[in-house]
Amino acid sequence: MNILLDLFLTFAKIGLFTFGGGYAMISLIEHACVERKLWITHDEMMNVTVIAESTPGPIAINCATYVGYKQKGLAGAIAATVGMVLPSFCIIFLISMFLDGFLEIAWITHAFMGIRIAVGILILDAAVKMIGKMPKKPIPLTIMACSFLAMLLTDVFALHVSSITLMLIAAVVSLALFMLNGNTGKAGAAK
Amino acid sequence: MICFDLFIGFLKVGLFAFGGAYGAIPLIRDVVLSYGWIGEDTLTALIAVSESTPGPIMVNLATYLGSLQAGFPGALIATAAVVLPSFIIVLVIMVLLKKLLKHPYVQAVLRGLKPCIIGIILATGLFMILRHCFVSVRDLSADTTAILMTAGLSAVYFGSGKVLKKKLSPIGLIGISAAAGVIVYGLV
Repeated sequence: MNILLDLFLTFAKIGLFTFGGGYAMISLIEHACVERKLWITHDEMMNVTVIAESTPGPIAINCATYVGYKQKGLAGAIAATVGMVLPSFCIIFLISMFLDGFLEIAWITHAFMGIRIAVGILILDAAVKMIGKMPKKPIPLTIMACSFLAMLLTDVFALHVSSITLMLIAAVVSLALFMLNGNTGKAGAAK
Repeated sequence: MICFDLFIGFLKVGLFAFGGAYGAIPLIRDVVLSYGWIGEDTLTALIAVSESTPGPIMVNLATYLGSLQAGFPGALIATAAVVLPSFIIVLVIMVLLKKLLKHPYVQAVLRGLKPCIIGIILATGLFMILRHCFVSVRDLSADTTAILMTAGLSAVYFGSGKVLKKKLSPIGLIGISAAAGVIVYGLV
């Protein structure tokens, strides 16, 4: 089969059958691209995961772009990425046309009143899992606590501090600390 | 112009959303609420639908909001905008800057970003729950039904890991919470 078509179809299948977003997809991508198609090695897959986690954007898109480019350059990257996005794009577009009328039905409103609590719990759970994997050192913990407080106060008092602003501040602070430590050449600079 | 706003708004989301879908939800919330596209309740419904349909959650949310705001062109523009930054960044890293991510300065920036994102996600999750449990977060007038629902659903979600040795999947929790919502709010 034409490799571009193969890339497109493989990633379309992954996009169509994975629920739950990025991390759930990594195992499917690994299965399809490493074990079945032999497009990349297991080590490369680990690399992709690191790149996906350290670059912004949906993790599945990062993976698709990487594997596609590896196989067939820019055309491959486009085929894989479009394949990844297309199934959910069609599904969501169809749903969105009916959503308004849908949300006016009483029992569906009730269902969503339950669901919105579940969404809060899922977000909290994701944060707790990330805290578990985070290095427990003074600097990261302080940054986390500060951004947590800043964001919570912003929400509660409806202030206008964007989370992007917080992220930029954290990046600058972390870089500045690193450069200061690096200049004095003391331990604690690395890692 | 709405399509331009959608493009810029979701470009920001795609460019700053580290750490997967949950890292993106606070950002999407920020962008969506600041443009005033939809209210917080519709957004929660969108998040739930995006979670329960296949595909990357961030992409689903973008398609969804774009479509609600400006039909098919809106859906196309928002989806392209959310995908574009990661597509370009991965290509640039692969083609030109294979060692970029290992550079100490880049590592230092990433080390600062990660805990900051965790704090933001934690605050967002907590605020979303508090918002439903207290009619107004500032004067703390409680909504008992919502508090009981929160307690019950947390018990089911976190308890399932202990009792069944396998934690309920997010879709499972959404299903149960929907059923609980229909029953509880239908009767109240």
